[in-house]
Amino acid sequence: MTETSSRVAAQGLRWTISDIWAMTWRGIIRYIRLPQLLVFSTIQPILFLLLFTYVFGGAIKTSQANYINFLVPGILVQIVIFGSVQTGVGLAEDLSRGLIDRLRSLPMARSAVLMGRTLADLMRNIFVMVLMMTVALIIGFRPGGNILAIIGAMALIALFGFAFSWVSAAIGLSTKNAETAQVAGFIWVFPLVFASSIFVPIETMPHWLEAFAKISPITVTVNSVRALMLGLPVGDNLWQSLVWIIGILIDFSMLAVWRYRKI
Amino acid sequence: MENEPIIKIRNLFKSYGKVRALEDVSFDVQKGAILGLLGPNGAGKTTIVNILTTLLKPDKGIAQVAGFNVAENPQAVRARIGLAGQFAAVDENLTGRENLELAGTLYHLPRAVVKERAQKLLEEFSLTEAAGRLAKTYSGGMRRRLDVASSLIGQPEILFLDEPTTGLDPQSRNELWLVIESLVKRGTTVLLTTQYLEEADRLADHIIIINEGKVVAQGTAKELKSNLGKSMLEVHVKDRHKIPAITALLAQFNPSVNETAEVVAVPITMGTQMLLEIIRQVESAGIELADIELRKPTLDEVFLNLTKKP
Repeated sequence: MTETSSRVAAQGLRWTISDIWAMTWRGIIRYIRLPQLLVFSTIQPILFLLLFTYVFGGAIKTSQANYINFLVPGILVQIVIFGSVQTGVGLAEDLSRGLIDRLRSLPMARSAVLMGRTLADLMRNIFVMVLMMTVALIIGFRPGGNILAIIGAMALIALFGFAFSWVSAAIGLSTKNAETAQVAGFIWVFPLVFASSIFVPIETMPHWLEAFAKISPITVTVNSVRALMLGLPVGDNLWQSLVWIIGILIDFSMLAVWRYRKI
Repeated sequence: MENEPIIKIRNLFKSYGKVRALEDVSFDVQKGAILGLLGPNGAGKTTIVNILTTLLKPDKGIAQVAGFNVAENPQAVRARIGLAGQFAAVDENLTGRENLELAGTLYHLPRAVVKERAQKLLEEFSLTEAAGRLAKTYSGGMRRRLDVASSLIGQPEILFLDEPTTGLDPQSRNELWLVIESLVKRGTTVLLTTQYLEEADRLADHIIIINEGKVVAQGTAKELKSNLGKSMLEVHVKDRHKIPAITALLAQFNPSVNETAEVVAVPITMGTQMLLEIIRQVESAGIELADIELRKPTLDEVFLNLTKKP
């Protein structure tokens, strides 16, 4: 009896993994078949990188003598945040096209639709991050941290983006329309991105904004990444960032799953 | 067990907020049948399909599919059904073949079986040539065919088609009808919703007419026509100026007039006796007739009669 039930459970798990993989594959294919999505998510941050390095950079005073060293860790975080908006857009698109209804009528794992989408976006984020890192190194980014710390920083960014994908998923499942999901996704992301330590040191902001930026999950994550990449002390930033990430992941994955069930 | 219906609905209720979508709906579908669920927009057809395909939970009542209660054992139901919903649910960024194979994978079929079935379905649905093209390049009819093909890859016992031909041109519609008919020959039970009487008349063995969330009539197309529609006697006059005279003559029979067609139509409510009486009266009044015709009711008339607002 227990043997059969454990066999059933093992098969259930195998099926769940195979479903998640099938859905992840489908999500990745989307980026390959719609290169404009990938171009949008790479060209835009590259332009930001060039713009801030060569145009605004000279006017921004940071702890780093070279603004690009200050900027790149921030830009990498910004990429995954903007990229995570696509999670909600993709889900809303599937929803409005009736694809989710079809999937919900299949004997597949319920979790696979959301997991597949968020994992595909995680892969996409990693790809864009590596690409950006390459461009950054070419135009003069010189991280002083050791290689393990840099890889750790990249992993932290990827995890951060994954958490934001769940926020985006919850939004996408609520809006049910790709255009609305796009707008609703960016509307709260934009102020959060700029009111953080991504582009400028927050000490230069007015006090009320600095107080907000200081506790922002983006700021603590960017500060951790910056410290790890440049070989500086991380201080309290790292654990604060991890607390934020875990909190966002738990809350918003629950919210997204709840929204998915309520469709 | 042999005659146990494959779909069994008892006293189903569903509301969306204050809107009552279903009110006490009960019906059965026998194995291997095509059931046509006919009704105007908003009648509750899609709600029924969504409950039977486990997308929606009923507020009250029982829905059983292939012997499983949809609310209690949805996963068992899902393994036995296929759904082609109101939108052609294809992934535009996958090719036709990839769409089919993805669906097959999600039914947990072995890889080789998925490949083989996908190939066969592509052939049956005349999509072989387009198999390697992205679905976004497909025409509306092709998308629909791919959608229905995807819903068949699990070889479901029961196929749900929610308004499968809405928005299709007559030729694509005809092609889809042929496919549906061939499915039933293989023993698949089909539940089809439609707004088109023509479609229900052509495909369905059994028709259930629903309106405002209630079953208002059911039976075969023939039964519905003979029980609910009346035969009409159409009298075509030679001289249109005689129409008022003939209308007055037949006033007791509740005639209706179609001026342009020069026709006076009388519902035959009392059989042959009435028919002979009318002809006798017209003849004795000396009105010349071009034609006289006894017409059976169309399903349209039945439908309009049943669903018209009081």
